[in-house]
Amino acid sequence: MTRVHDMGGRFGDGPVIPDPEGEVFHDDWHGRALALTLAAGALGQWNLDISRHARERLGPDYNRFSYYEKWIAATADLLVENGVLDASELTGDATDAPHPLAARKLAAEAVSSALSRGGPVDRDAGPAPIFQPGQAVLVRRPADSQLVEGGHTRLPAYAAGARGKVLRCHGNHILPDAHAHGLGEAPEPVYAVAFPASELWAHPEHPRDEVVIDLWQSYLTAA
Amino acid sequence: MQDCRAGQESFAALRQGHMDARVDRWETSVQSAPMPHDHSGDAHPHSLLPSDPALRVKALETVLVRRGLVDPAALDAIIDTYENKIGPKNGADVVARAWSDPGFRADLLADATATVSALGYYGRQGEHIVAVENTPETHNMVVCTLCSCYPWPLLGIPPAWYKSDAYRARAVREPRKVLADFGVALPPDTAVRVWDSTAEVRYLVIPMRPEGTDGLSREELAALVSRDSMIGTALAGAAA
Repeated sequence: MTRVHDMGGRFGDGPVIPDPEGEVFHDDWHGRALALTLAAGALGQWNLDISRHARERLGPDYNRFSYYEKWIAATADLLVENGVLDASELTGDATDAPHPLAARKLAAEAVSSALSRGGPVDRDAGPAPIFQPGQAVLVRRPADSQLVEGGHTRLPAYAAGARGKVLRCHGNHILPDAHAHGLGEAPEPVYAVAFPASELWAHPEHPRDEVVIDLWQSYLTAA
Repeated sequence: MQDCRAGQESFAALRQGHMDARVDRWETSVQSAPMPHDHSGDAHPHSLLPSDPALRVKALETVLVRRGLVDPAALDAIIDTYENKIGPKNGADVVARAWSDPGFRADLLADATATVSALGYYGRQGEHIVAVENTPETHNMVVCTLCSCYPWPLLGIPPAWYKSDAYRARAVREPRKVLADFGVALPPDTAVRVWDSTAEVRYLVIPMRPEGTDGLSREELAALVSRDSMIGTALAGAAA
């Protein structure tokens, strides 16, 4: 298993409650939490994988917090862990002293270009693909990070040990398992792998149902 | 996340006033508070923030603005972008074009990133796009079981249900029961293919074009394409 966020296939969560089309932020502070997280990220002190892992490390708060509470808590943790803020500043003991990173502040005029620039993760570097579309593959088991104990990975536990078939190769992408821990980009091929529902669940709803999961080459072996 | 929506506006206004007063009190009280000396190495720094979530966000914004690290106008601009500029109408435009132009459809299915980028739909959380098409044989549905990955430049910010534990846990295991929560029933011989967005690839579902729409313009077609139909929890022409 990985961590508390890894919930695919879990029982007991009750109904999905649709919300109306057109609603973007249910409360004003939701939008503020999202914007603050993006603006803090623009200071360049961490990457998206580190940011995801910070949410996954919230521990019991992960279940207790609503969605944007997770975001804001992880942002606060990252600011302190990376030395941007001192913990005492979170209790309101703020100084007005100019911050060395202030020059990197995301300006209002730069928001549009920053959001439209994005952050592509495809890379020319890395190994050549060893699997081809149509090929059978086995997912590594156990599913937890091979690089760091309790570390970030994008291999969901429900797929561990399952046998699937490569649908397509997406090219070489940054490996989050490395990138979330300061271990470089370590790009490798990512594949969309299709699994029959019967390979994943004891009681699949339909004989022809499938789940497709994007998986890095190091998560897979030939079947 | 799934609060009762009755009386939402007046409640929000009420809470805003309540919160402003609390922020003032917080800012006053912390000035006289002693320095915390002994953080346990296990404690998360976020636990030092106020307990009310809205107040917590306000407190963090206040600190970052005071240190010159965040421009409040930039926060307004980010919110405005996703409230007013980038949303499901972008994805609906793509779907309507795919329905009405076979060449566009072929390009979209072959290389969605390049095809939608050419329309200006590119950016954060939409750097690598794949379009998947519903057919009478296969219905596609998208989830992110590990967090909330979603094609922002095409659909905007994900709805609360998409980020809910219930959807993340159940969509991969019992997609038909999840569809029933949305009032959708598939024909018994239609298979479901659920895409779990575990990498940076973002999936856009091209719903089936509804019957009887032959004479419609592209704009009229786009109006039939709901946000949920492009995630795969609704059918086109039947907005949730």
